[in-house]
Amino acid sequence: MVERCVKVYTRFNRIWHWSQVASIMVLFFTGARMLGLHQIGPFGLAVTVHTIVALALLLLWIFATFWLFTTGGWRQFIPRLSGLAQVTRFYAYGVFKGEEHPYVKRYDRRHNPLQALAYFALKMALFPAIWISGLLYLTYNIWGANDGQAVLLGLVANLHVLAAFAIASFVVVHIYLLTIGHGFRQHVRPMVTGYEMVDLTPEAEAYFESTGQLIKD
Amino acid sequence: MTQTALRITAFVWAVILGGGGAVAQDTANPAEQTPVGAQSMPVPGAMAAHMSDPVKELTADHAKFDILKGPFASGPEVTAACLSCHTEASNQMMHSVHWTWEYDNPATGQTLGKSKVLNAFCGNVASNEVRCTSCHTGYDWVDVRQPMPDDPTKVDCLVCHDTSGQYAKQDNLAGNPPLDPVKEGSKTITGAVATPVDLVKSALSVGMPSRENCDNCHFYGGGGDNVKHGDLSSALFNPSRAVDVHMSKDGANFTCEACHVSDKHVLAGSRYNTDVALPDDAMHKPGAERDVAACTSCHTDQPHKGPNPVIGMKLNDHTDKVACQTCHIPSFARGGVATKTYWDWSTAGKLKDGKPYAEENFTQSDGKELHTYLSQKGDFKWGENVVPYYAWSNGVMRYTLPETTIDPTQTVEINSVEGEPGAKDARIFPFKQMIGKQAYDTERNVLLYNHVYGPGDGTALWSYFDWEKSLKAGMDYVGLEYSGKFDFIDTHMYWPITHMVAPKEDALNCESCHSDGGRMANIAGVYVPGSGIGIGGKLGLAMFLMALLGVVGHGVLRLFGKKGDHHG
Repeated sequence: MVERCVKVYTRFNRIWHWSQVASIMVLFFTGARMLGLHQIGPFGLAVTVHTIVALALLLLWIFATFWLFTTGGWRQFIPRLSGLAQVTRFYAYGVFKGEEHPYVKRYDRRHNPLQALAYFALKMALFPAIWISGLLYLTYNIWGANDGQAVLLGLVANLHVLAAFAIASFVVVHIYLLTIGHGFRQHVRPMVTGYEMVDLTPEAEAYFESTGQLIKD
Repeated sequence: MTQTALRITAFVWAVILGGGGAVAQDTANPAEQTPVGAQSMPVPGAMAAHMSDPVKELTADHAKFDILKGPFASGPEVTAACLSCHTEASNQMMHSVHWTWEYDNPATGQTLGKSKVLNAFCGNVASNEVRCTSCHTGYDWVDVRQPMPDDPTKVDCLVCHDTSGQYAKQDNLAGNPPLDPVKEGSKTITGAVATPVDLVKSALSVGMPSRENCDNCHFYGGGGDNVKHGDLSSALFNPSRAVDVHMSKDGANFTCEACHVSDKHVLAGSRYNTDVALPDDAMHKPGAERDVAACTSCHTDQPHKGPNPVIGMKLNDHTDKVACQTCHIPSFARGGVATKTYWDWSTAGKLKDGKPYAEENFTQSDGKELHTYLSQKGDFKWGENVVPYYAWSNGVMRYTLPETTIDPTQTVEINSVEGEPGAKDARIFPFKQMIGKQAYDTERNVLLYNHVYGPGDGTALWSYFDWEKSLKAGMDYVGLEYSGKFDFIDTHMYWPITHMVAPKEDALNCESCHSDGGRMANIAGVYVPGSGIGIGGKLGLAMFLMALLGVVGHGVLRLFGKKGDHHG
């Protein structure tokens, strides 16, 4: 095994990530405006921007899902138990002792087991929760005709807000974890440039060299 | 053959008119020639306008009718002339609320109407007739305990159809106009100095009702400009677009009948049973019948297209819960005419040096000082640009009627707004809430009739300032039991707000309701984003704060840990 600088994040991967970042931040801001957490900008503008950006993000998610399944990228996000205990122990204890991160990144396994589990939960629970509740919220008048006292609307709205805060909590932890190990800049750079140091087998090294995904030292 | 028929026709006409002046100009028969200029009905077609004449709005120019040239000694004489052609008009009128002042509310079974209800203003018509019935659409209703008699000539055609502008009703003649000689100091129902009405001029001028016709009564309800409704004031005679987009000359310049469409002299629209939500009103086809005085009759229930499609759609999502008026009439009593918002009868009757007095402590935006105390009427508060009171309404008003038992420990709702929150037939609707203090019988716990108008009778409050006498006279008049013990109780009354629709750019913005303490703060049955953080938001915030706290704690521990054991 040899550590090499490999292009791990394709252009679509990076665009996908950063447009999610931008739109989720806009959705947080406009959502907080509607919830009443701040009063910056008119309510109606917040509704407009929130709705359009949410629909655009949903479209992006549809493309990304298609892309993940056709490229096999979905395998990155399947959680597994092997190594989970070590990683958990590291964040709960080892990191305070200055230990090295127990997980070594592989090209076909970018995420450590805990990370994969977190992303899996995000994709399988929180994202569906936010867009299903969001679409129900948006289309309330199509299906809510018999909801006289607006009980279901209140339920949908509260679930939507709860899911939003759960995603916000994820974002907080996600950003914080970038500070662990090699440092924030080191962690963010691959998602900008696409390249990261990854352990490669000689066969993989030869393969990436042939595809031009490798940068020699 | 044709010539013969014409001659016969002309001859028959001449005979029918008793030798009157029907002159067929093309006839050669000297027997048919009659003196010109006598009272007559001309040959059919003789008065008709020709292509060279200007095209008129109506199909009859009433200035051409001899029968309307008078002379007339009274209103009923004018009406008799009208009825000579419009034989069914009075009967149609006499079947309208404008005439009966009585309304059987099918929703509650209550008999309402001006002649029956008690309100939070002057209280009651009974025993105060000649003053109160000065706004009646008839003549000489001097006793509302009895319905108006079935007398077609007692219908006042002119009050609605005069276009000369000089017809008026005197404020104490039971609906009659001031005629020569007018008693010194007399006033019309608008409060203007009464001058003699020229009945002939009015009769010759008749046409379709304009805003001026309706509003010489309806703007002055409760004894003065905008006193009662709050959304009907003299500001609407010639309003700016900002005051009323429908009535402004810069807007639609509607007459009242544009919305209050009439059928057989009965006008659509009622504040007893308002058309708040129409089950089948949406999306009328062009030309389809729309005989209901509701915004959606013209605008449909999906009228919003902007400012962008998202907002347009979201605004349309409101229309099954929120009445159009709620957002589009941001406040009432706009345009510089204040409305009475509070009337405390309990302080009426105070005198200074044995004389009634007035205090004027409210300055209207035009600088006019308005009374805040009158010995006759008590204490008042006024308001301009008043934010409405909002409530779910299905249009039905339930009244506290004269013999309804009241709870003296509670504020009496003179009328209460019916409608379940969220019900399909109900909308959140704006109202003027009138706050009052009114007399009630402390033994029988019922509201009391007051006798206020009646100069010379020794009991009327406005002349003699004695509540005991006034209330006894009022109750005696209507024949109801009265213990003789009275006090004053807090009352509320609700008046639907539906006029003074603002231009769309002045409609309420989202934040008016979608904010903490917004206008829907006390409204049940709706979810209003932005008006407060719900359980989902609270749990979510807690989770978010715990995450923040967690990473901060984790980070701090890492800092301490690194001090002890450097790695790499």
